[in-house]
Amino acid sequence: MKHLLAGAALALMSLTGGAATAEDYPERPIMMMVSYGAGGATDFQARIVTMTAGNEDALGMPIAIINKPGAGGRVGWNWLATQAEADGYTLGAYNIPHFIAQSIKGGVEYSADSFEPIANWGADPAVFVVGKDSPMNSMEDVVNYAKENPGKLTFSGAGLFVGHHIAALQLEKAAGVKMAYIPTKGGGAAAMKAVIAGDVMGGVNNLSDAFRAQEAGNVKILGVFDLERNEFLPDVPTLKEQGYDIDNASVNFRGVMVPKGTPQEVIDKLAASVPEMFKNSRVAGKMKAGGSPMHIMTREEVQAMWAARQETLQELLAGL
Amino acid sequence: MEFLYYFGDVFTPVSFGLLLLGTIGGLILGATPGLSPTMAVALLIPFTFHLAPVQGLILLGAAYTSTVAGGAVSAILLKIPGAPANIATTLDGHTMAKQGKGAQALQLSFLASAVGGVIGVLLLIFLTPVLAQWALAFGPSHLFWLAILGVTVIGSLDSASVVKGLLSGCIGLWLATIGFDDIMGAQRFIFHPALGGGINIIAALIGLFAIPQVLTMFAKGRNATNAEVIEVEKHSIMDAVREILRRPKALSIGTITGSVIGLIPGVGGQIAGLVAYDQTKKFSSEREKFGKGHSEGVIAAESANNAMVGPSLVPLLTLSIPGSPTAAVLLGGLLIHGIFPGTDLFDNHPDVAWTFINSMLIGQILMCIFGLYVAGLAARVAQVPQSVMAAVVLGLAVFGSYSVQSSMGDVYVMATLGVMMYFLERFGFSAAPLVLGLILGPIAEANFIQGSMIAGATDGMASYFLTGALNIVLIAIVIASIAYSVWMELRSRRYTSKEEIMA
Repeated sequence: MKHLLAGAALALMSLTGGAATAEDYPERPIMMMVSYGAGGATDFQARIVTMTAGNEDALGMPIAIINKPGAGGRVGWNWLATQAEADGYTLGAYNIPHFIAQSIKGGVEYSADSFEPIANWGADPAVFVVGKDSPMNSMEDVVNYAKENPGKLTFSGAGLFVGHHIAALQLEKAAGVKMAYIPTKGGGAAAMKAVIAGDVMGGVNNLSDAFRAQEAGNVKILGVFDLERNEFLPDVPTLKEQGYDIDNASVNFRGVMVPKGTPQEVIDKLAASVPEMFKNSRVAGKMKAGGSPMHIMTREEVQAMWAARQETLQELLAGL
Repeated sequence: MEFLYYFGDVFTPVSFGLLLLGTIGGLILGATPGLSPTMAVALLIPFTFHLAPVQGLILLGAAYTSTVAGGAVSAILLKIPGAPANIATTLDGHTMAKQGKGAQALQLSFLASAVGGVIGVLLLIFLTPVLAQWALAFGPSHLFWLAILGVTVIGSLDSASVVKGLLSGCIGLWLATIGFDDIMGAQRFIFHPALGGGINIIAALIGLFAIPQVLTMFAKGRNATNAEVIEVEKHSIMDAVREILRRPKALSIGTITGSVIGLIPGVGGQIAGLVAYDQTKKFSSEREKFGKGHSEGVIAAESANNAMVGPSLVPLLTLSIPGSPTAAVLLGGLLIHGIFPGTDLFDNHPDVAWTFINSMLIGQILMCIFGLYVAGLAARVAQVPQSVMAAVVLGLAVFGSYSVQSSMGDVYVMATLGVMMYFLERFGFSAAPLVLGLILGPIAEANFIQGSMIAGATDGMASYFLTGALNIVLIAIVIASIAYSVWMELRSRRYTSKEEIMA
């Protein structure tokens, strides 16, 4: 209801507002599109990091979240690339590597060039989990099993061309084994259920969800698909430490972007104020309580990260 | 009995105030087409930022319970099911409203909801550890057979003819394939960007049920209204209680089916009402009255969809796995306060866990009281002239389908499906089997493909899908259900031909 009202207010204002100049920006509430459903991890975090937008030291105008879920995020990003107005009042949340992998795979109306990054707020690495009673206790056990039984080690993840799938491909490539990746419908939760219930032998999942499942005594976490160990799991080694050449290409980066064509002054203003807004202590407190790792990056850093990702993913997905 | 100890926390002034707010707000949100329980809970989450964890959860719990029941109001009076859970309620509920028995239908639905709901929450309180194991027992092969069991119901649901029911079910199954497939990565039947995400179930529901209504009302024209004003019969609450007590079979089948099905992650909520309705019909001695405004239909459907509320939270609260979209939203609400569901919740935050569960128990009863109070007033909706009514319902249909994901595409889908359904209805097809196909198609397909991928990597298709106790039990129920439908069809054919001979 809230975002409907905000939407109505936006429509009304845009009728009366006329051409905005960068100095007054923003002079009315801003809308941020999230391409996943209300209550999902991306939506949940987007609501937290934008809750202080109305403060005077941030943007001075509230940000209203609007959800456009469907087809693994494709519906929302298609909308942002083709239909959204590039006037600075429509922002979008991005998930890397999802949208870049999708655009490489084709069938969508966007690519990394359709958007301009503003800032990054979070990074949720993928981890490898097995059930609590599994005989496997390290990634070496997993890879050895896969070597002895090619294509027979079943492991779950949330769909295709998402971070989990990328991590799975990287693992197969780095260890030189063939395994059976089982994509689930219903996101990370369904993939985690499959591991806990023993439907599959292991799985790739989000660090934050796996951390909770391990605390509850349901799974064991064997490795982190990132460059460094994570503060939530200081005892779990990265894949690299365990001898597999895997970088952070599967880490789920979340941040804010705008459609291409947004005025440069507006982009500059957002790029300067949004990272500061993420640093607010209330935001950090809520994110930490929810078990969501924060990772603030500026526009330049995100641009470099997007370019690097584009390259790695193109190479990784070429064989599919 | 630990939960009794925390009952006091529910009755502090602030908590009880929030409980009332959640219940009344939930009833109103639930009665608004397009605002499903999931949406309602998601919209309330930002308000809980400023509350203590216990209070936030009381608000969310009360809202979840009462939106499910509130959906019955629009289902009965306007024939717009607010969520998939309320589809079965329209079948007899709306017919009753058209006969002037709207007040009775609403009273029955709230009473049945309360009975089912309270039993569901009690199951959550007493059997959680057992139920958690049961919820995990369903792997891809079992969910596949369960969806097939749902498909066998299609033919016998709300259709004069089994063949037409099956045909309309097939249309639903086909519609379900539209969109991008998460598992195989294929794009199917996407002719327009609006269809990229597939057919949204809520938008489809509104179109399929409400639009044929609207067109029929318009088709009658303005002149006919005077002749058709419906007398709303007053109906005392005591009579409604007596009516419920006379139907223990419908009430118990509804409650049991709702609790059992509600427990299964990913399937439960959407089909509990329909399956309970169908089972009650099969076991009833007044089978032929179903679909013509029979009280058992309303009782079974509503007791089932509220009985599912409690058990549907079992996987979330014990294993930290959200089993339904609403549970996923509630998970967000818990996390934001730094509470991780699972053993941590009951060991370290028993005050939060039990107060939340208790508030759902009290919420059921409050929901029933308020529901009964408004039932008499709300039923007067039936007296609104049809020309006005048609415009109002059309407005609500557009508003409802747009608000689901703020997308005009959903409005087009709603309108297209609605116009199609208007013509199908004129040829004796019914919307309920179509919707069932739309819901079950993806469940059956996704689990079959997943199952076959796992089977391919392990011990082969035949042993994965056909062996194991749970698989065999489910297959046996599927066969029994098909055999029963065939037998009923043959028997009714024999009767019709005899009558024809007599005539």
